[in-house]
Amino acid sequence: MPDPAERLNACTAHDLLARIRTGQTTSRALTEAVLQRIREVDPKIGAYLHVDEQGALAQADRVDVRIAAGEHVGPLAGIPVALKDLISTKDIPTTCGSRILEGYHPPYDATVVTRLRTADAVLIGKLNMDEFAMGSSNENSGYGPVRNPRDTDRVPGGSSGGSAASVAADETILALGSDTGGSVRLPASFCGVVGLKPTYGLVSRYGLVAYASSLDQIGPLGRSVTDVALLLSTIAGHDSDDSTSADVAVPDYVGELSQGISGLTIGLPKQYDTEGLDPEVRSAVRNGVALLEAAGASVREIDLPVAGHPSYSVAAYYVIATAEASSNLARYDGVKYGLRVEDGDLNGMYAATRSRGFGNEVKRRIMLGTYVLSAGYYDAYYLKAQRVRTLIQQDFDRAFESCDLIAGPVSPTPAFKFGERIEDPLQMYLTDIYTVSVNLAGIPAISVPCGTSNSGLPIGLQLLAPAFEESRLLRAARVVEEGAAT
Amino acid sequence: MTWETVIGLEVHSHLATDTKIFCGCSTAFGAAPNTHGCPVCLGLPGALPVLNESVVDLALRISLAVGCTIQPRSRFLRKNYFYPDLPKGYQVSQYQSNLEMPLATGGGLEIPTPDGTKFVHLTRIHMEEDAGKSVHEEAFVPAGESMVDVNRCGVPLIEIVTEPDLSSPQEAVDFVTRLHRLLVYTGVSEGDMEKGHLRIDANVSIRPVGATELGVKTELKNINSFRYCQRGLEAAIRRQIDTLESGGEIIQETLLYDPAADDVRSMRTKEYADDYRYFPEPDLVPIVVDDERIERARAQLPELPEARAARFADTFQLAPDLVEILTASRETADYFEAVVDAGAPAGEAANWIQGTVLRVLNETKLALADLKVSPNDLAELIGLIQDGTISRSIAREVFDDMAESGSSAGSIVESRGLRQISDTGELETVVEQVVGNHPNEAGRYRGGDKKLLGFFMGNVMKATQGKANPKLASELLRRTLDS
Repeated sequence: MPDPAERLNACTAHDLLARIRTGQTTSRALTEAVLQRIREVDPKIGAYLHVDEQGALAQADRVDVRIAAGEHVGPLAGIPVALKDLISTKDIPTTCGSRILEGYHPPYDATVVTRLRTADAVLIGKLNMDEFAMGSSNENSGYGPVRNPRDTDRVPGGSSGGSAASVAADETILALGSDTGGSVRLPASFCGVVGLKPTYGLVSRYGLVAYASSLDQIGPLGRSVTDVALLLSTIAGHDSDDSTSADVAVPDYVGELSQGISGLTIGLPKQYDTEGLDPEVRSAVRNGVALLEAAGASVREIDLPVAGHPSYSVAAYYVIATAEASSNLARYDGVKYGLRVEDGDLNGMYAATRSRGFGNEVKRRIMLGTYVLSAGYYDAYYLKAQRVRTLIQQDFDRAFESCDLIAGPVSPTPAFKFGERIEDPLQMYLTDIYTVSVNLAGIPAISVPCGTSNSGLPIGLQLLAPAFEESRLLRAARVVEEGAAT
Repeated sequence: MTWETVIGLEVHSHLATDTKIFCGCSTAFGAAPNTHGCPVCLGLPGALPVLNESVVDLALRISLAVGCTIQPRSRFLRKNYFYPDLPKGYQVSQYQSNLEMPLATGGGLEIPTPDGTKFVHLTRIHMEEDAGKSVHEEAFVPAGESMVDVNRCGVPLIEIVTEPDLSSPQEAVDFVTRLHRLLVYTGVSEGDMEKGHLRIDANVSIRPVGATELGVKTELKNINSFRYCQRGLEAAIRRQIDTLESGGEIIQETLLYDPAADDVRSMRTKEYADDYRYFPEPDLVPIVVDDERIERARAQLPELPEARAARFADTFQLAPDLVEILTASRETADYFEAVVDAGAPAGEAANWIQGTVLRVLNETKLALADLKVSPNDLAELIGLIQDGTISRSIAREVFDDMAESGSSAGSIVESRGLRQISDTGELETVVEQVVGNHPNEAGRYRGGDKKLLGFFMGNVMKATQGKANPKLASELLRRTLDS
């Protein structure tokens, strides 16, 4: 192993930015270190689906030349960022972890990609994921699973498994994932990194390949809260190409980090302490909450009768998400791009293409979504789920009248082993009991490491805030991060 | 048994926007295949729609013109079905149910019937995107294959749905004709049938006269001309009558009209009801229409054809059939009013437009906007007749020249020396010459064959190249012959 001081790829973006700007190191050196690390460990981890080595090095060189010339550079100048493979990148493969999109090269960049390029980031490559973001373990990728860098017998969590694993394994500095029901927070928790799910509408979805449009949000992952704040600052803000994008001012997330949380009230939902909650997770969460109290926050128990109840939130989530998915995924029909399997007439081609192109979980969700939207079932499922969604939103509105943040676990257990839940979809879906209601309500949440299990597995604390209070979330997460490190 | 017909229509009209409903691509017709496309209208993964607000404004305008109730809040929904020319696998549309209201509901249009006017009620007007075009028979398509042209994907449409108020193919055609006129009048659509700007689906059923229950309906789809609307409906009704009278049963099916055979053929039967799995489009926000926006749309409404017709009849004292012709299109009515404003008497202007302007347009296949004779030019021409500078028959010749050359009436009359001969002395010489050259005819005239006056007039006109003042010439002829 080289001298740890030389391991640029294991540093934080915050630290590296300063070193690159002052000429202590170069983006070229950093990018090479990251690429070298990918070559070393990724055959084992499987985080990447595509590495754009040449593009990354060329960009790194451009940034270095400009810094050497004393030119102004963007806020992520020279920093490697990797992208979950459902974020569209011009002329770079974007598969969504699905065989059906094999060979598809988008002719355009997602808005977040444009913003990263404008910020002078170095785009390293595209990250593995559960197919079309459907999964909690990253076992559903059409290109093989991602392994948890902390214990390669265990799953990294899903669906942004590649995003969390690449950060945890030092295969990138920053990563973007997407969170529809917990897909940033869960892998962040399982892999021991920081991951944030922004308020619905804060980050443009233009170019994010849709799983469930009313729930999807792109979210940043990093090794530190500061890094996540930094990346969020770059991608947040109004986009006229996304009708659901919010026209709100973006605060200085990094600058506000130091403001602390003194005087804030932390709500602890009584519904979160269920029988299924692993005792080690329970104690790690308690530890995280204690750190918040120590920093001047007060704690109170709150009631989330609907939002905190898995038989409402998980059920509503799987009805709404699959309904939207069944429609969003209709475009993968073999006619225009990606995979086409000929089989007689047009209908034969549709059936053969989709049968071969989609994996089992995607097929299961398309069927479920088609069913809940069908005539005669719409009211009983889709409409009812929308009503539950409204109740969940009202639950949170009420809760945030008496507290500033809500704290709880990300998942009932730490990372589980491969194969443990994949045969039992319902068991797998319950991995998400603490995360899905956040997406249904459209509010922001973060996962920040708050401890480890006896066997050394990371455990994340989940913090929830009212819409557009990302700054408050980040400040609290920063407190936990600092406390957990000591 | 005698049967009565029940028809309801769904009319799809393109809207006169420059760009598509959810992206900035051009809506221009006739471009090379697949040249008007972008990630959004191609439905590429990750692309998102942004509503073109002028679509709402145009839809509001026509909705107000037909007296619809505007919904203050409505949504787009996804209509899910698989077809190669539908890139997303769903069409973004609106829907009406116990849960959903489209942009506009109610309202209606009056049509003439032999028993007086009839009010045809509308169910709704909603907005949607058009699909692409499947191309099967062009030379560049390999045999047995199909290709897709996406240029039309995302072109904005409104769908105007009527109640089953129409009782005959003629009424259906009258309704569509009036609706078409209104769409063009209000600037909501260019209404070019040849470009597919108006497409009609018709639901048809028959029942014994006097029955109250509706019969099983068949759907005649994709009619793109008034004539096919009439013929297709007639054929569909014939088919239903034949079926019932031969003891058969009507099945719910979709029919296509085949102009070559002048008959309809079944496209598919509906063994199962289509299930489009409509649900609210999560990529778009609700359409909120406040009073201010409604008033803005109302301010964009021109005087509507019926009101204009009434005013023309009233102000200009014109015959009903002439008014109908003048108000058949906004261009014609605008042209007429401009001619009158330029000083021509209304009756003259109306007759010139009906008799000459529309004939020339018909012959040359030109639009009024392309006619080289401006309203001012026509008014000048009419003025020249009225002050006796030229004769009516010369005027027609001058008009043709104007239409061809674009020159003004005055300059043509001057340059071609067409000024009418109203000088008695000059004309007397001609008359005497003509009478002198035809002693036989003069004798027969004087013997009582007064019809020969026309013969002499013709010769006078010939001798003067048509420039003789007809009134004066006939006076002088009579004076010479009767003396």
